[in-house]
Amino acid sequence: MIADVGAQLGLAYAFVEREIALSKRYWAWEIVWLVYGVVTSLSVAYIALGAPGLTGGSGDPALVSRFVLYLLVGTITWRFLGLIFEQMGETIAWERWEGTIEYTFMAPVPRLTHLLGMCAATLVRALGFSVAILAAVALFVPVDLSHANIASALVLLATGAVAFIGLAIGSAVFPLLWTEKGLQMAYIVQAVVLLVSGVYYETTILPGWMQVLSFISPATYVIRGMRDALLDGADLAAVWPNLWPALLVGAISIPLGLRLFLWAERYAKRTGRLKRSG
Amino acid sequence: MAIQIRQGVRTEKKTAALAASDVRKAFRPARVVPGGGTTVRAVDGVSLSVWRGEIYCLLGANGSGKSTLIRLFSTLLTPDAGVVRVFGLDIDRDELAVKRLINRVSVEASFFKKLSAMENLVYAGRLYGVSPEESRPKIVSILRRLGIEDARMTEPLEKLSRGMQQKVAIARAFLSTPMLLLLDEPTTGLDIRSKREVQTFVRDLRDEHDATILLTTHDLDEAARLADRIGILHQGRLVAEGTAEELAARHGGGTLEDVFMTLTGRRLDDADAGDAERPT
Repeated sequence: MIADVGAQLGLAYAFVEREIALSKRYWAWEIVWLVYGVVTSLSVAYIALGAPGLTGGSGDPALVSRFVLYLLVGTITWRFLGLIFEQMGETIAWERWEGTIEYTFMAPVPRLTHLLGMCAATLVRALGFSVAILAAVALFVPVDLSHANIASALVLLATGAVAFIGLAIGSAVFPLLWTEKGLQMAYIVQAVVLLVSGVYYETTILPGWMQVLSFISPATYVIRGMRDALLDGADLAAVWPNLWPALLVGAISIPLGLRLFLWAERYAKRTGRLKRSG
Repeated sequence: MAIQIRQGVRTEKKTAALAASDVRKAFRPARVVPGGGTTVRAVDGVSLSVWRGEIYCLLGANGSGKSTLIRLFSTLLTPDAGVVRVFGLDIDRDELAVKRLINRVSVEASFFKKLSAMENLVYAGRLYGVSPEESRPKIVSILRRLGIEDARMTEPLEKLSRGMQQKVAIARAFLSTPMLLLLDEPTTGLDIRSKREVQTFVRDLRDEHDATILLTTHDLDEAARLADRIGILHQGRLVAEGTAEELAARHGGGTLEDVFMTLTGRRLDDADAGDAERPT
């Protein structure tokens, strides 16, 4: 049993090692994404810094600092969750493009192990990017974390990652089913999640039907809880109302996403869609 | 081209490495295409057995169903009907166990192009449970044998020629020491020298490592040179099967090309030039 678990972890690690090797070879693109992430986050922070001048509101430095952190928490948390979504969604599309998809699916690796390996690789990358972006942004704008409860924030981030992995596995089904347009569909799903999850604003300002979507998006709870933890120092008990819905979404979406993926794989094998493109 | 009689055909044991029974596969057009497309019956009731230690060659024109059959045998497609067994294991029910016994080389050498041959092969080894400590020396040895210099092993694969990439693909399949190796037109597009090197390696693989090899080709010379038995596939059907000399004896003698023409009504070159998948 332990040997089997060890063997499966070894198989899963193959995907982590592969992704690290690919990141090294595509280092120029990694820098592009990093610069893009830093610039986007900085732009959002400068909106907060410039808001009093634009709206004629209070220029109280404490309020401005709070607004900066409010937006930064949203944008960096979204960067973290979004990378998980993107990279998992691209699991199939990327291999189709490289032409390796048939070899990956022909290998004697249980699909759960394959996806576990991809999730681990994705988490390493997303965490590395998010920390680098936060550090870079802190060089340019004042980031006040004096009231932050870092432990609560890390627990929320981990929970959000789990919840998003389920969604991301589900979205990876699109490129499996639609060889040409699947990835675009996954990106549309990601864009809608961004819109309804309160990344830059409170979800209460959204139209009613969008609020229904925000209710089922795990990002809504993670970002809200992160703000409570990092702006107001909320401990685990205080963030629990945002923690449990994210946990629930994860508990439902991971087995559901996996089942959907396995169904889609069988469908792709039946219809001849498990092949390279281009 | 005269049919060569190969010596030492190893079919005495008659253990079926691969057994396919009445296998069928059709592809239907996407429903969203308005009024477009017709169902293509790519494989139409094929039954064949490949014996352990044998090199079995499927010969057919483009669109005859060769690649579809290989994809079915390598678990990338599920048959509409029929049963396929690999060493007695059902490819559908015992999929994971079957995957451990097989490997495949396709006409396109498919790799992570930015990674080197070594990185790609270490990764491939891991997927088959071979640790990097075990795989690295083995990779160097196989690639050297295939004529790839040490310095090229760490270059991104996109910098290697098509022939070299195909040799790396064969090395990848060999690395997992498969009991059944499926080679889908492995020498298509290679120059004569690379083609011969690959053919020699395939034969050595069988002779030295007890591998069973199912090879598809539309190269008559390759079929005659390598195969213990040849199956001729035409419009998704296996229209003849036997050793080269058996086929010649049954179908009017002469060359393998004559046999192909007798059975299909066309020369293989002409069929390749004008053939397409057949609508039903």
